[in-house]
Amino acid sequence: MVSSVLKIALVYPELLGTYGDGGNGLVLAERVRRRGIAVELETVGINDQMPAASLYLLGGGEDGPQRLGADLLGRSSFASRVGDGSYVFAVCAGLQLLGTTFAVEGDDEYEGLGLVDARTSRGLRRSVGELVVRVDGRPLVGFENHGGVTTLGESLVPLGAVERGVGNDGVVDGFRTATIWASYAHGPLLAMNPWFADQILTTVLGEELEPLATVADRLYDERVATLT
Amino acid sequence: MLRPSLRHSVATGAVRAVNRLSRLLSLGSGTVIGGRVGLAIAPDLLKELARGRVVVLVSGTNGKTTTTAMIAAGWGGGVTTNATGSNMPEGHVAALAESRSSSVVLEVDEAWLGEVTRATKPRVVTLLNLSRDQLDRANEVRRIAERWRDVVASERETTYVANANDPLVVYAAELAREVEWCDVPTPWTTDAMSCPHCTQPLHFTVDSWWSECGFKKPDVLTSTLREQLTLGGQSYELHLGLPGEFNEVDAVMALTALCCLDVAVPDALATISALTTVAGRFSEVLWRGHHLRLLLAKNPAGFTAMLATLTTNDDDVWISINARLADGHDPSWLYDVPFEVLRGHRVYCFGDRRLDLAVRLDYARVAYVVVDDESPLPSSSGVVNLVANYTAFQEWREWSVPC
Repeated sequence: MVSSVLKIALVYPELLGTYGDGGNGLVLAERVRRRGIAVELETVGINDQMPAASLYLLGGGEDGPQRLGADLLGRSSFASRVGDGSYVFAVCAGLQLLGTTFAVEGDDEYEGLGLVDARTSRGLRRSVGELVVRVDGRPLVGFENHGGVTTLGESLVPLGAVERGVGNDGVVDGFRTATIWASYAHGPLLAMNPWFADQILTTVLGEELEPLATVADRLYDERVATLT
Repeated sequence: MLRPSLRHSVATGAVRAVNRLSRLLSLGSGTVIGGRVGLAIAPDLLKELARGRVVVLVSGTNGKTTTTAMIAAGWGGGVTTNATGSNMPEGHVAALAESRSSSVVLEVDEAWLGEVTRATKPRVVTLLNLSRDQLDRANEVRRIAERWRDVVASERETTYVANANDPLVVYAAELAREVEWCDVPTPWTTDAMSCPHCTQPLHFTVDSWWSECGFKKPDVLTSTLREQLTLGGQSYELHLGLPGEFNEVDAVMALTALCCLDVAVPDALATISALTTVAGRFSEVLWRGHHLRLLLAKNPAGFTAMLATLTTNDDDVWISINARLADGHDPSWLYDVPFEVLRGHRVYCFGDRRLDLAVRLDYARVAYVVVDDESPLPSSSGVVNLVANYTAFQEWREWSVPC
C-alpha cells in the first residue's frame, strides 16, 4: 500500500450484514481516526465495482443473500485483489464463502471463492449463543448464530481454540492466514474485543499503534468476566 | 377419559382459576401460566375457544401491539384481545377463556402465526412487516416469510391485509385468495435487498420496487398513505394522538382490517385517533423525581423509527438495553441502529447491556454517560424521553408511577 489513507471496504452490507456486522468497519475506522491516521471507510454496494482497499470486511447473511454475495464476489476483482496482498476480515457467512464450498438451502453445496481450503456443510442443528475463542493467549468474546460446520484443510490454521460455544466444529473457530482473519463470531466482534481490532490494524498498517483507552475496554473486561 | 366438551370446560376453568391465582399471588399478569395449564389439559383448546367467533390476527416484527389495540378500539363493543402482549398460544387461550365476546383480535408472534391461524380460522390476518429481530431465537427473517407463505397458501378462507411495500410480506401473502394490499411507508428494507424468489437484487424507487424475475409491488392497492389516507376510494386526514409515522402506518393497517369487517371508517378513525398510549408505550411516568416518557423500541427497524421522532432538539435521552430471553441474548443489533442521529444529544445508558450501548454510542461519536447503580443523574425540568427494549421497558413500567 502506498496511499497515505488507510482504505477499508465494507463489502455488500445489504447481503452480508445480517446482525450489526457493519459495526466492525465502524470500529476499525474510528480506532484509526482517533490515532490521527487518515482513514476512509467505503461501503461497496451490490451494483458497485469492487474498489481497491487495504482491508475488506465480509459479514454474515441469510442463505439467499449469501449465495448472491458469493456470486457477485466471484465475478468481481475481490479474489485477485486479495491475491495481490489486500487483507480480509470475515465473519459468519463471510467466513464460509471464502472457502471452497458451503451449504445453503437444505444440503445443496455451493461453490465458494476458494481463497482458503475450508469446506462448510450444514450442521445437524444451528449453533446459537456466546462464543469464546482463545486467540494468541487471550479470550476473544462474541456471539455466533449459524448452521454451518466448517472443516479446515490440514495446512489452514484456525483462529483459535473454542472455549465456549461451537465455532467451526466445537473445537476450533475460524481461520487465519497471512492476510485473512475469519471467525464465526458475528456482529460487532471488534467492538467487544478492542485488542483484536488493534491487532488487525497493526498488521494492516504495518506499524505499532499508540494505546487507545475507550469504554470498549470496560465492556471487554465485563464480557470476559461473565463468560469465562 | 373425559369427553372432549367436558375436557374443554375443565381446561377453560383451569385457565381462569390458575390465572386468577397467579394474579392474586402477584406472580405475574396472569396470562401465560393459566394458558399453559389449559393447553396441557386440552391441546386443542385454542381451536375450541375460537369456534364461532370472528377472529382477527395481527402479526409482524413491529407494530403488533399497537395495531391490535387500534383494531380493538376501532371495532368497538366488547372485543376480546390479548392486551398484555402474551402473543403465543398460551396468551391467546388466556384471553379467550376470560371473555365470551364474539369479536376477537389477537396479536401473534411471527413464529406462531401458522399454528394460531390453523387453530382459530381467522376472518382477517394482518401482516405488518418483517425485519431482523431476535435472530438468536428466530434465526433468519426469510424463514419466517417462507412459513407465512405456507400458511397463506393453505388457509384460503381468510382475508389477508398486507403491507405492499415490504417485499418479504408480499412474498408471504401473494398466494392468498383474498388480499387487501396497504401502500404504507416502509423505510426499513435492509432485510429485503435480494429477491425472495430469484435472489437477484431488488430495485427500489420512492414508491415502488421490483425484481428482474417479475416479482414486484402489487398493482391493486386497497389503502394508500401519503399526505392523506386513501381507503376504499375515500380520503381521510390522519391526526393521531400517538406520535410518529410508524403509528400512522399501524392505523392504516388497522383501518384496512376493520374495513374487511364492515366497520365504518370515520367512526373507527375517530376512536383510533383518541389513543395516546398503548400498553404503556408513550405514557408519561415519574421515577425518582424525573418525569419520563416511556418509549419502546426493540430491534433495528423499530429503533430507527423511534429515534427519528427524537431528533428535533438536543435534550438528554435515556436509553435502557437488556439482552434477556425475551429481548434476544445478542445485542449485536445495536450496530444496525443509526445512533449517529443522536449527535448533539447526551445519552444516559441504562440496563444490563449499558456498556454495549455506551461502546456503540462512543463509536458513533455521541456523548454518553454510563449509569451504574450509584451514578448521580442530572435534574431536568421537562419530560425526558426514555427508550427501552422489551424487558427493560417492562422494568421501567414497574419502577415508575404513572403521571
